[in-house]
Amino acid sequence: MSESKSKRLPLEGVRIADFTWAWAGPYATELLAFLGAEVIKIESGKRPDHARIRSLTLGLSTKSLDSSPVFNDLNLNKMSLALDLTKPKAIDIAKKLVAVSDVVAENYRPGVMDKLGLGYDVLKSIKPDIVMLSSSALGSKGPESGYAGFAPTFAALGGAAHLTGYPDKRPVPLMGSSDLRSASTSAFAILVALYHRACSGEGQYIDLSSTETIAINISDSIIDYMMNGRVAVRKGNRDESMAPHNVYPCKNDRWVSIVIATEEEWKSFCEALGNPAWAAEERFSDAHRRWLNQDEIDRLIGEWTIKYTHYEAMELLQKAGVAAVAALQGVEMYSDPHLKERDVSVQVVHPNVGKRVALGPPWKFSKTPARVKHCGPLLGEHTDYVLGDVLGMSKSEIKALRESGVLT
Amino acid sequence: MTNTALVGLKVLEFAQFVSGPYCAKLLADMGAEVIKIEPPLIGDSARKREPFLDDVPGLERSGFFLFLNTSKLGITLDPDTATGRDIFLRLVAYCDVLIEDNPPLFMKERGLDYENLSKINPRLVMTSITPFGQSGPYRDYKAYHLNSYHGSGVARVLSSILPKETPVPVKGPGFLGDMDAGLCAATATMAALYSRLFSGDGQHIDISKQEALMALERVEMGMYGNEGETKFSTVFMQQMVGGLQRCKDGYVLITLGGDHHWEGLLKLLGDPEWSREERFQGELGKYKYAEDINGYIADWIKDYTKEELYHRCQKLNCPIGMVTTVADLAASRQLESREFFGEIEHPVMGQVRCPTSPYRFSETPHRFQRPAPMLGEHNEEIFVGRFGYSREDMMRLRGAGVI
Repeated sequence: MSESKSKRLPLEGVRIADFTWAWAGPYATELLAFLGAEVIKIESGKRPDHARIRSLTLGLSTKSLDSSPVFNDLNLNKMSLALDLTKPKAIDIAKKLVAVSDVVAENYRPGVMDKLGLGYDVLKSIKPDIVMLSSSALGSKGPESGYAGFAPTFAALGGAAHLTGYPDKRPVPLMGSSDLRSASTSAFAILVALYHRACSGEGQYIDLSSTETIAINISDSIIDYMMNGRVAVRKGNRDESMAPHNVYPCKNDRWVSIVIATEEEWKSFCEALGNPAWAAEERFSDAHRRWLNQDEIDRLIGEWTIKYTHYEAMELLQKAGVAAVAALQGVEMYSDPHLKERDVSVQVVHPNVGKRVALGPPWKFSKTPARVKHCGPLLGEHTDYVLGDVLGMSKSEIKALRESGVLT
Repeated sequence: MTNTALVGLKVLEFAQFVSGPYCAKLLADMGAEVIKIEPPLIGDSARKREPFLDDVPGLERSGFFLFLNTSKLGITLDPDTATGRDIFLRLVAYCDVLIEDNPPLFMKERGLDYENLSKINPRLVMTSITPFGQSGPYRDYKAYHLNSYHGSGVARVLSSILPKETPVPVKGPGFLGDMDAGLCAATATMAALYSRLFSGDGQHIDISKQEALMALERVEMGMYGNEGETKFSTVFMQQMVGGLQRCKDGYVLITLGGDHHWEGLLKLLGDPEWSREERFQGELGKYKYAEDINGYIADWIKDYTKEELYHRCQKLNCPIGMVTTVADLAASRQLESREFFGEIEHPVMGQVRCPTSPYRFSETPHRFQRPAPMLGEHNEEIFVGRFGYSREDMMRLRGAGVI
């Protein structure tokens, strides 16, 4: 009996009214859409999602609102309802949609949803057990709650930029991944709230700070400051105590990472290198000395690795039980035999963008496999479906709305 | 009583260091009961990881271990002993979730793989977190955090975008990639638990750290896959108007998402003469002459502190972020007002100020149920209290190296 039931995707039957835009919001609901949720994106051509127009980090601008590969990649499996939220009738429709939804997600600046008349208190009165998540640069309360930012801003404000990069070079704002970290946190929070709702019947409001989604990841350094007053600095690829601990150059401008954590690994490493004379020198004879002399040791290892491809170095050292991994680059993500066997990428066909490869969901479930079903929606592609099938409006009602410019 | 989201959920953690423990901690701080298994005597390897209170190492002195294991119960157990194995299986039968991070062969060789455990507990959600996942040619390869980070390609993506800052690919801060994998695993675990509410079935979740990290650069990876590498290596950040700029006491980061942000920036700069030059008009002109514009910006902002620039510019509606240190975070009024930091009272470390969570739930708030467990702290509570062993049994089990 449970065969068909358990094949159901985890979030089948969950509807999400998705007011998010850019990257940090849409990737959160995309993850939930991978899990089977019905995600309806509420958007307008009058103030389009900027992922439909450009990318700050990739230097991309698009020909039309319906031809952005970036938007497609962050909005897979979703539907699009075109709604000009500056019009009162549009707000009515949004409320009707919320009334039949389980989750509302948004990442406007704090206060915008309230001004639109779509704040949590209002939505809660329409749908008492709604789960609403607001994601913003610094959270919806506090002295800096009105401040805005993009992914690199979060990395800067969250303390990650200062700790990424080389000591003699500028800090590195982690770029797009900070948005996706924030989004992943949002998806987790929504799932926790949905679980609680299913058990208790209670909905709730979640206020998420993108800056804090980054800061939480450097808790080790934060606690070091709190306990010992130390202000951490960036150290490239190096570790506090392990050495060798770095990436090393290989043939064809590629790199291999090597980490030696134990004495046993060091011995295996030396053996794999054919026990070169330098490895037996006094200055490398224990972990502490290797750490102190790591500039030298890194240089010597680099002279060995450069003779190999990153794959060859990985194979040679892994065989000896040493943690060495090829730093994959670009198109290798799609040709690597391991990633290929694990089906990490899928093909998506978009009417304007064409055939694209995209990464699939980051999890493998044995019974309820999350999946990419279809490409990101064209702007307003599902307006008729949502208004007609989901909200039960008649064709003439929809026609009237369209004529009055609400559905743009 | 405090309302918690995951009350009643029982989680068994058989994992060490960062990813597995962080995954379980995320659930524990939201109300789940997590029973953490540690190897007898030596404990989780994170206990040996700095920061230590006063820089003095000790099994109960790691602030990092403390952070990663809040709200959990801790027991010691060696499943490689026959009795230890029996107890492990009893725990599996008792719990809803098993989070583990052992090499795939390790679990299989001991008959502790999902196939076997699901026979004992068909409702079990088992989450396995490993460097390369449960299948594929690299399945049994060894990888530490640095290896996973670079193996995922995310560092190389960054060095394409920011070649000046990272001519050699560089990892993120601390154990960023391991934390990412922990969050990814916690998300999948919640999805499986939600699914189980309706289907009644447990299942196995396979998390590859490599894939968890790759996912965070999915857009850039998509560009690689479709456009190839040459087109992607455009050095866009260098052409960005604003971008990372040095100021009096550090760096600020200026990102302009549209004309209104540009106008805010110009107000900050006092509506300068140069901004009216014909060539800088329009979006294209700005990008084309970004270097010149950035020269003007740099010249102006070098006299101001990051804090001044941050607040003044944000108030003019232009998104600017300051590059913060941990000291800045600890002093942040915004983080303070949102109670991002909480106090944990630990028997050895005393009061420790510690990050809480990035989310505020209106009804079921994040909460530290207790500090991280001391090694074997809850042996008696679990073995005697829940499983009916006697104190004498405990003594013998300890002598036999089982607990």
